[in-house]
Amino acid sequence: MNNIQSVNDFVIKFANVNGTGSASANNMFAKAIFRMGLPVSPKNIFPSNIQGLPTWYEVRVNEKGYIGRRGGIDIMVCLNPQSMARDIQEVEPGGYFIYDNTKALDLRLIRNDITFIGLPLTRICLEEYKDARQRQLFKNVIYVGALAALLSIEFDVLTSLVGDQFKGKEKLIAPNIHALELGFQYAKENFDCPCTISIERRDNIGDKILIDGNTACGLGAVYGGATVAGWYPITPSTSVVEGYEKYCKRLRIDPGTGARNFAIVQAEDELAAIGMVIGACWNGARAFTATSGPGISLMSEFLGLAYFAEIPAVLIDVQRAGPSTGMPTRTQQSDVMACAYASHGDTKHVLLFPSTPKDCFDMTAQAFDLAEQLQTPVIMLSDLDLGMNDNISEPLAWDDNYQYQRGKVLSADELENMSERFGRYLDVDGDGIPYRTYPGTHPTKGAFFTRGTSRDEYAVYTEDGSEYVANMERLLKKWETAKDYVPAPEIITAGSGSKIGLIHFGTSMASTLEAVDHLAEEGVMADSCRVKAFPFSQSIEDFIDDHETVFVIEQNRDAQLRSLLVNDCHFAPHELISILCYDGMPITARFIREQVLAHINNDNVTPLRRKKSKQGVLK
Amino acid sequence: MSYIKPAFRHPDLPVNDLGYTKKNYEGAISTLCAGCGHDSISAAIVQAIFELSIAPHQVAKLSGIGCSSKTPTYFLGDSHGFNSVHGRMPSVATGANMANRDMIYVGVSGDGDTASIGMGQFTHAVRRNVNMMYVVENNGCYGLTKGQDSATSDVGSMSKKGEPNPFEAIDLVSVALQLGATFVARSFSGDKEQLIPLIKAAISHQGFAFIDIISPCVTFNNNPGSTKGYEYVRDHLAATGTVDFVPMKEELTTSYQSGTAEEVTLHDGSVVHLYKGDESLDIHNRRSALKLIKDYKAQDKILTGLLYMDADSQDLHETIGTSNKPLRSLTEQDLCPGNKVLQNINDSLR
Ligand SMILES: Cc1ncc(C[n+]2csc(CCOP(=O)(O)OP(=O)(O)O)c2C)c(N)n1
Ligand code: SF4
Ligand SMILES: [Mg+2]
Repeated sequence: MNNIQSVNDFVIKFANVNGTGSASANNMFAKAIFRMGLPVSPKNIFPSNIQGLPTWYEVRVNEKGYIGRRGGIDIMVCLNPQSMARDIQEVEPGGYFIYDNTKALDLRLIRNDITFIGLPLTRICLEEYKDARQRQLFKNVIYVGALAALLSIEFDVLTSLVGDQFKGKEKLIAPNIHALELGFQYAKENFDCPCTISIERRDNIGDKILIDGNTACGLGAVYGGATVAGWYPITPSTSVVEGYEKYCKRLRIDPGTGARNFAIVQAEDELAAIGMVIGACWNGARAFTATSGPGISLMSEFLGLAYFAEIPAVLIDVQRAGPSTGMPTRTQQSDVMACAYASHGDTKHVLLFPSTPKDCFDMTAQAFDLAEQLQTPVIMLSDLDLGMNDNISEPLAWDDNYQYQRGKVLSADELENMSERFGRYLDVDGDGIPYRTYPGTHPTKGAFFTRGTSRDEYAVYTEDGSEYVANMERLLKKWETAKDYVPAPEIITAGSGSKIGLIHFGTSMASTLEAVDHLAEEGVMADSCRVKAFPFSQSIEDFIDDHETVFVIEQNRDAQLRSLLVNDCHFAPHELISILCYDGMPITARFIREQVLAHINNDNVTPLRRKKSKQGVLK
Repeated sequence: MSYIKPAFRHPDLPVNDLGYTKKNYEGAISTLCAGCGHDSISAAIVQAIFELSIAPHQVAKLSGIGCSSKTPTYFLGDSHGFNSVHGRMPSVATGANMANRDMIYVGVSGDGDTASIGMGQFTHAVRRNVNMMYVVENNGCYGLTKGQDSATSDVGSMSKKGEPNPFEAIDLVSVALQLGATFVARSFSGDKEQLIPLIKAAISHQGFAFIDIISPCVTFNNNPGSTKGYEYVRDHLAATGTVDFVPMKEELTTSYQSGTAEEVTLHDGSVVHLYKGDESLDIHNRRSALKLIKDYKAQDKILTGLLYMDADSQDLHETIGTSNKPLRSLTEQDLCPGNKVLQNINDSLR
């Protein structure tokens, strides 16, 4: 058999049973590789279930720094008899299948193109531990120890991670290290270590950090000055507000009085959550909520109110696979249209597309500025892959000289010294953005009535069609102004006047950029354009104009970003070729490369839809 | 800096402690039907807040959608107002209150706005004890959409079209009592004497103060056979007693005969005097109120007046421990932990 030979470039997947405590052992494995200076990208593939169903943890190790999902499994560590048959099928020829051989393998499952490595995990635990829960938990730690031997992970790195993990619970350190040793010894004594796939220390991490996008969003909200959060639990967004709360409790409680410089309310539903945000922003605080697709549907009416009445609001949508409840624990980028045009009537909203945890942090903080400067809701579209998985990220940074941009708000003094009449919806500066006042600012000046019904420039109710139209036109002018405020796209050119352009956004970035490299190796040069926001800036239109063949890469069925480009930039649909992945697993570079090649090799066939996925087998 | 009170004022108009006349508390001209109960409630709110000597700009008015929800335009023209979406005023008021605990929040809703589309949000604002006055202008119908029965319409109450309502009514006062509201009253738009002191007490109460105000819709639900019309309500009213509200600063100069009244002292030192008409009411006991409402209902009577209050309740901010300084007044210095802290956080993520 030809075993896969690889140093620092492979994919390993753990197959566990939900609720058996495997997560922390698997995290320790990924973190150990990270600490050995190697780029690593772990992805949780979990069921919508608390206990009992299969769950997987897929880790890509790649010293070159490709951290998008690769597809294909080189090593499978399987502790779940339920999923074993298909787990075995998933291993690439020449790969390894590591399993608990306390119970003999079903001979019908054996493949002779892969290597089976049996570890008697249950037996070791039965001998070592009396308590049933310990027998369960330490199984996970033991296989990590065995992997240390099989892949040559530095044992010291693991022991120091155990030390970090149990800081404050020192009693647990020794037993965990012992469990690691049990696995390590067993592997050393029974197998050739390392196997043909192994890890060598590198210095390819620099000062990067490992953090999930949702925590970064929560921290961004702390730094961005959010004081009010209303929310309703929904996977995969829940950890955004949990992250915010965690850091608020650390950083926003007055040490003297114990008073909290923040207020979080778990609302009765998403309508109430966004209602609280709008009420708080109307009253001059920075407020936000986080949700996922179903919550966006519920928030629609309120989003239209905030758009029309021009109230700032920050909303973080951590997308999951829809429609309806869809696949609630799988990733997708399928709320683009729902968010861009949320609510009835002519509405459109500013969108931000983060690709990395650092983006999550920066863009969340920036969203508060944008919402207040533009006096409108700003929706950040993250997704499950970015939000709930640990991602390698540039370190977070904050400029201490930076001042929050609170937008056009008149102070009591400004009102006092104003000779003309205050008009809440008067376009004084010609940029479509009027001036607002906070309630209670001045005894006699600046009060107005906020409403979702039509009104004139002085916020007085009117049903006059021309007043209505003038206001709607001003909102469009504001939309134009917004193009200068939102983050510009990131364009990377191959340098040789390439005719091929790849447009991508959000979490398709890593795989797209990797695909660009692979295509270049095959002589196909492509430029890329990462869209960071809606409304689109002119440079995105220019990018499309400058390329003969433009692909739009998305993780949804209906080519939603392309629809927005067609709508907003006057391109004909046939000018943009879609590459679409929407099986709930993150898009891979392999898939993008295949689709691009298929198209350019057979120009008249547009590969719009994936037929048979090579990416994931989780169907 | 401080601002001087309004410049123009008729020399003969009475002024309150702040030097404001009642005019300063009025709003735009009402566009409701002549005789609509809602307009009397607006007038009572104007009178109450004027007499309380609260500066208009320190009040925020919030409402949902409906004829009733339009009324904040017709009082307190120098206050900010927010006409939100149908049934969702409670969440907007909650958020506004979270942002700034120092203002006075007046919520106005209708029976459709609260008891149907907004029932969920209403119950949760009650249970969180958001510090606000929440008024339902209850006419037993949807005025703005032309008179459909609402969920507070009594069984058998006759609509203008001549059809009896077949469904059991939701009694918002009983619901509020059961959910733990800390101030509960019922009144009638046509009973200014009762309504004004109730509004004063509700505004001064720290916590969620609910007043269900029967407010006839003259256009769609004032016909014979309706149990929310003027005539029916006047004929079936019964009061828990009369209420007097004495602001903190007047307490020393006003003397009341002891023994005739039950007194409740509010957090700011103001006093609510209740001259009981029915000795069996214990306004500190929800069950007593719930029982009395049922008893009166059984006799075809609508019990009005102050029904329950807990002057020492904890409002939302106290429960979640928010700083005393309004959150919206905090600046970068208070809110942003700075780059050094962030670098430590980075270190913990390596
Ligand atoms: C989501 C939504 N559904 C329906 C309506 C239409 N609508 C406007 S007011 C109203 C009923 C108002 O009744 P109520 O709250 O009792 O107020 P009233 O007019 O009787 O004072 C309805 C159904 C709306 N504005 N929004
Ligand atoms: S329709 Fe009824 S509720 Fe509406 S304004 Fe007229 S009388 Fe009042
Ligand atoms: Mg009504």
